[in-house]
Amino acid sequence: MIKNIIRSIIQIIALFLICVPAFALSDAYKNNIYNTGELKPVDSVLKVKVGEPAPGFTLPSISGEKVSLSQFKGKKNVVLSFVPAAWTPICSDQWPGYNLARRFFEENDAVLLGITVDNIPTLYAWTNQMGKLWFPVLSDFWPHGAVAGIYGVLRTDGVTERALFVIDKEGILRYAHAGDINKRPELGALVTELKKLKDK
Amino acid sequence: MKKIITGFMVALLFLILADPSIGQNAPPAEGGILPKISLPVPGNEAYRKYLGLKWDGTFLIPQIKAKVVLIEIFSMYCPHCQKDAPVVNNLFSRITGDDVLKDELKLIGIGAGNSDFEVDFFRETYGVKFPLFSDNEFSAHKLLGEVRTPYFIAIKINKNGTHKVIYSKLGGVENPDEFLKKIKNLAGLK
Repeated sequence: MIKNIIRSIIQIIALFLICVPAFALSDAYKNNIYNTGELKPVDSVLKVKVGEPAPGFTLPSISGEKVSLSQFKGKKNVVLSFVPAAWTPICSDQWPGYNLARRFFEENDAVLLGITVDNIPTLYAWTNQMGKLWFPVLSDFWPHGAVAGIYGVLRTDGVTERALFVIDKEGILRYAHAGDINKRPELGALVTELKKLKDK
Repeated sequence: MKKIITGFMVALLFLILADPSIGQNAPPAEGGILPKISLPVPGNEAYRKYLGLKWDGTFLIPQIKAKVVLIEIFSMYCPHCQKDAPVVNNLFSRITGDDVLKDELKLIGIGAGNSDFEVDFFRETYGVKFPLFSDNEFSAHKLLGEVRTPYFIAIKINKNGTHKVIYSKLGGVENPDEFLKKIKNLAGLK
């Protein structure tokens, strides 16, 4: 009896240790990052399908301009990077990584659009900590998460999934990834998808 | 008895869930030793020679042939690591440019949460010449107390193979001259 109970305790502790989310937070943000803890990996259902036209949208950006998906049609491939929320772990490092990886986007004739459901002032303050980003950062704040909702990546708590969409120059969705919100998507996988567009 | 044990289990669970620090390792303390971090012996012959590793498979950091090993915990995604990369390269050049120091002080980097692709990209982008290792599953990073990045740890390796952490701090190199002087002083290197 006691042995079984002790075994249960060890199992509970082991499970906890395995489930602790891991992230390497940059010192760039000092102690200003809010730790969300482990979140439900996926909390929405995609509403878009690969091979079909990507839903259009227009959103305000932190530079003051409005950005529409349609403005890239016939000109550039487009990568949409939805990240859950400003000032949270993982999100705060994901875009600085894409900032460094600019050449992979340019080599494959693609633009990157970063999107969150935060408002413009919050996004402005947060992205300022990342250095100068080469890509537009868009706010899907109001109507809250409307674009995220159309794509099926708005979670029940009002933030988005950690999602990537690759849209070709014809406006067709070629890749959709809405994986575990607690994990950063691996850069190599995205680069592979971008290269497929160039090879097409 | 059964009630006492059940109560203990509930209390333990409450403690675990209430305190996120439980279950986490602390960063290596100066004066202490490194946790056992197993890294793959590089396939690159120049790196193997640099690290003095004559076998295949894996190695532990204190097995590196040196008096002092400096470890940078970085991430391709970390803005400060990106900014500090040229400075760390400068530090490495100063070490390898010194005929005595180049054999005594070795430098490696561990990319916390970075895949091989991401580490290779970081290496290529900044022209990093010292060995970098990927830590895709945060295995080493967890053992090292899930430190913020960049984070530097220096260990002094004794002749009998034991070692001691002589430096363990958050932050970049910033000034290669001062940083090197500090590490040399702590290690007792000339």
